[in-house]
Amino acid sequence: MDRREFLTASRRNKPAPVVQVPRTLSGIETYTGPWTEQEVMHLLKRTMFGAKLADVNYFKGRTLAQTVNELVNPTAPNPAPPVKEYATSTTLGVNADANIAQGTTWINDINNDGTVQGQRRASYKKWWTGALINQDRSIREKFILFLVDHFGNEATDVGNANWMYRQHDLIRQYALGNFKNLVRDISKDIAMLRYLNGYLNNAAAPDENYARELFELFTLGKGPDSRYTESDVKEAAKVLTGWQINFTTWQTIFTSSRHTTANKTFSSFFNNTVIAGRTGTTAGDLELNDLINMTFAHNEVAKFLVRRLYRWFVYYTIDDATEINVITPLATIFRNNNYEWKPVLTALFQSQHFFDMMNRGCVIKNPADQVIGAIREMNTVFPDPTNYLANYGHWNTFYNWMTNMGMNLHDPPNVSGMPAYYQEPLFHEIWINSDSLPKRNQFTDIMVNSGYLISGVRVQFNCVALAQTFFNPGNPNDLIDEAVNRFFRNPISTTSLSQIKTQILLTGQQWDYYWTNAWMAYQANPTTANFNTVNTRLMNLFKYLFNLAEYQLI
Amino acid sequence: MKRKDFLYSSIPAAAMLPEMINGYSIKAFNMQSPLVQALMQGTTLTDHVLVIVQLSGGNDGLNTVIPVADYSRYFNARTNVAIPENRVLSIAGVTGTGIHPSMTGMQSLFTEGKAKLIQAVGYPQPNFSHFRSTDIWMSASNSNQEVYTGWAGRYLNYEYPDFPIGYPNADMPDPLAIQIGSTTSLTLQGPTVNMGMSITNPTSFYNLINGTTDPVPNTRAGKELKFVRQTNQQTQGYASAVRTAANSVTSQYTYPTNNSLADQLKIVARLIKGGLRTRVYMVSFGGFDTHSVQVNAADTTTGSHATLLQRVSDAIKAFQEDLKFLGVEERVVGMTFSEFGRRIKSNSSSGTDHGAAAPMFLFGKSVDPGMLGVNPTLPATATVNDNIPMQYDFRSIYSTLLEKWFCLDRSVVNSLFPPNVNSQLQSLPLIKAGVCNSVTPPNPTPVEVMVTNYPNPFQTTTTIKFRTAGGHTLIQIMDTLGRVLLNLVDKEYTAGTYTIPFDSEPLPPGVYYARFQNGVNQHVRAMLKVR
Repeated sequence: MDRREFLTASRRNKPAPVVQVPRTLSGIETYTGPWTEQEVMHLLKRTMFGAKLADVNYFKGRTLAQTVNELVNPTAPNPAPPVKEYATSTTLGVNADANIAQGTTWINDINNDGTVQGQRRASYKKWWTGALINQDRSIREKFILFLVDHFGNEATDVGNANWMYRQHDLIRQYALGNFKNLVRDISKDIAMLRYLNGYLNNAAAPDENYARELFELFTLGKGPDSRYTESDVKEAAKVLTGWQINFTTWQTIFTSSRHTTANKTFSSFFNNTVIAGRTGTTAGDLELNDLINMTFAHNEVAKFLVRRLYRWFVYYTIDDATEINVITPLATIFRNNNYEWKPVLTALFQSQHFFDMMNRGCVIKNPADQVIGAIREMNTVFPDPTNYLANYGHWNTFYNWMTNMGMNLHDPPNVSGMPAYYQEPLFHEIWINSDSLPKRNQFTDIMVNSGYLISGVRVQFNCVALAQTFFNPGNPNDLIDEAVNRFFRNPISTTSLSQIKTQILLTGQQWDYYWTNAWMAYQANPTTANFNTVNTRLMNLFKYLFNLAEYQLI
Repeated sequence: MKRKDFLYSSIPAAAMLPEMINGYSIKAFNMQSPLVQALMQGTTLTDHVLVIVQLSGGNDGLNTVIPVADYSRYFNARTNVAIPENRVLSIAGVTGTGIHPSMTGMQSLFTEGKAKLIQAVGYPQPNFSHFRSTDIWMSASNSNQEVYTGWAGRYLNYEYPDFPIGYPNADMPDPLAIQIGSTTSLTLQGPTVNMGMSITNPTSFYNLINGTTDPVPNTRAGKELKFVRQTNQQTQGYASAVRTAANSVTSQYTYPTNNSLADQLKIVARLIKGGLRTRVYMVSFGGFDTHSVQVNAADTTTGSHATLLQRVSDAIKAFQEDLKFLGVEERVVGMTFSEFGRRIKSNSSSGTDHGAAAPMFLFGKSVDPGMLGVNPTLPATATVNDNIPMQYDFRSIYSTLLEKWFCLDRSVVNSLFPPNVNSQLQSLPLIKAGVCNSVTPPNPTPVEVMVTNYPNPFQTTTTIKFRTAGGHTLIQIMDTLGRVLLNLVDKEYTAGTYTIPFDSEPLPPGVYYARFQNGVNQHVRAMLKVR
């Protein structure tokens, strides 16, 4: 109702409609409840892509504190850089990308040919998809995705794949480290300079693009208390004048002659800070440091970043209670630890709030959760790592699936990043629409039905092999219970369970032992016929479960 | 685009149409493409509908269709479950064969000339596993062959080769097939996708009719679950078409209550009348796995099997009345099938175990009424493993329906079945003449003996004599388990009488059957091998 109706209603003494908004008052005090498979899966599905049984079992044997500690302290090496796997032209006059041999990395090779760069952009995205699929047992890969999204650069806009990879690698090096330093360095990142026109920003003709996004999207945000002024944006732009791209060597350079040497004066929001104008080759770095220090001295940075974090890993609604009980104390931790991520992540993922029942099973999967999570949870087997052609081919397929579902790696719709993490009021619900939801279902259907055959290697969901890892696959009730438990964070009714059992696993038969006999027959004698009997039913079971609404939530 | 461009274009959140998320819409593209539209039209123009009724568990054919003319052998084989001879219901125009006393509905359909009984339908090398045999019936594969598509799915794929790309569309706005009462069926599986829309799926429109869905808790998870489910319902390309069809029918014939098959068929009738162009409907009804106490000892005409048959019979009768009431009787033919029949000899717990060939029913105004085939050949003293020898391969029933009801060319029909049975598929008198403007094959002359053997009994070799009207002629040697041991004859002949020796050297003594098939005719001859 509008305001007038509301007032009229109250005058007539009608009670205002009570809208029951599900909410929670819990905060970041340490979670002390049970630590069972349920809690492990909740934590892993949020911090990784899917919860593989091996990972669940691994962490079940540890404490919550040990688990979170391992999740935020990855020990596995980062993936080797992308390699050339694309076909090169042999046509005379067409750039052959000849410096790089097949199977070796292209990341250090300078080549300005548009076609080659297009191929490398694709190569980079395939590679990243592979990194997601092969993620280590930590939050690292998901956190990198979060940070890349935070900075919102578009590969198709920048064009240069080497630069995009370099930005990715910069974020990767800083991922679970110091955010403040990351912001400082990414301000000089070659892709960022290109994307937000920083390389054009000079004393004679300031370009405010980067300065504006630095405040609005990367650090301070647009919260109610983030009251920097238009003048602050202009002054920050002056601080950032002089940075350029050497398009021959692909290096960031600082040209002091293009730098504004006057003092930069900021508003009361920044306590009227004056950044002293400098001259010479070090001016750019010195003033950038001052700008970063000034910005990060403000409380709003930590609050804004923690809200971003919250919307990725907990839920999108931040009500007053959450602001007070969760956002504010986490922001304090962030600030007190000089913008190191690990203390914040440790506090959040061990908190009562994170494990609050109200916050479980309520996040709509993003396309990476859907595609990569399904691939991992199904223990999908990929070609031998030495067969890079087949692997890149398959990674390309899954990259395309994520793109078709609305998440194009390192190519968000605009600098704000993916709308699901900022667009009021739908947020995560943006992922699900009449175009994307059928695609999500088609993806799992295809992976169960046939998968993909690329370079002679088929990658497919193996339903029988997965059932084999269940604790009692011969009992249809236990099998379905475990499948539902592994894939769904929300229960489904006993009526539905029984319907699924009878209609799918028993194909209409009334006795459980027909499934048991079929499974035992396959175990005792794995002939093609016996395999097919159980496989067709398991395929139908998993396809059906993956098509249910419950499967979209983690 | 840059964020600033984005903001300038100032799209309110509400205007973010789902189809526009990636800047294009597949649906819109396809709807505008005349080429794609042309490809979407069904290859064969027909308004005919086939309703497949699956009886899960393996229906006891011998207590469904009782060989009255051979009653003493029938009774001796299954004393504890046998239906008393005087209680068996007669079938109009048929002597020596009757149906279960609870099937009064079917009996009246026979009287009205709207039902067909086909005796002893099965396949070579019967499999006694529910799962495997169901897969065989649904895929129409050979017994020893793994086929991952369903026979009706292959048919629909022939008619709509690009499905589901670009569907629904103006030419085919409705689901190609609808399955009620089972979530997934091999029958409707096409080469790449399932051609059917299942409407017990909790995410689809069935809930709008029946109102059953898992509850949503008042939590954040509940909010999102509800949201995804709602989107799913909107996403069902066919939801509105199906809902519109269902809602346009406000008055139907009265169906029996407490009968889930009737509930399903009632929805089918409603959707057909509502104008859906859906060609295949599939419903299923379970509980036929009657290993024990299928009858009440005090009165074998009652008990669990009697209840099942009554529900099937009542449901089909009501469905047929409803189709008439709704004025769509001409468009619909129905067919029952079960994954197998049951053994000739009953077991000691008043039940019957997994068997082989069994009768099928067709129903509808367009079926060629009466009985096809003869009473099954029963042994004088049935032993525990004896099965009814097959008279008709189930794929001959399917292929005839595709040819005579869905009006496909024989060559196309043949392409939908395993190559090795193509030459053996029979075109049978199942559908009345004229529905596809083609001639229905004449009913076979029932008493004429086509195949004999001499000597009989025999020790090693016997000579089989057969008379063929010309064309493809098949003689299969089967054992008492219902297995086809070999095809003694399987080729083209000119009309005439022929003999061929049958050397039984490696086979143990016992009863064997020679199944002769020529055109619409088939005949089974029992042969006794002795020491």
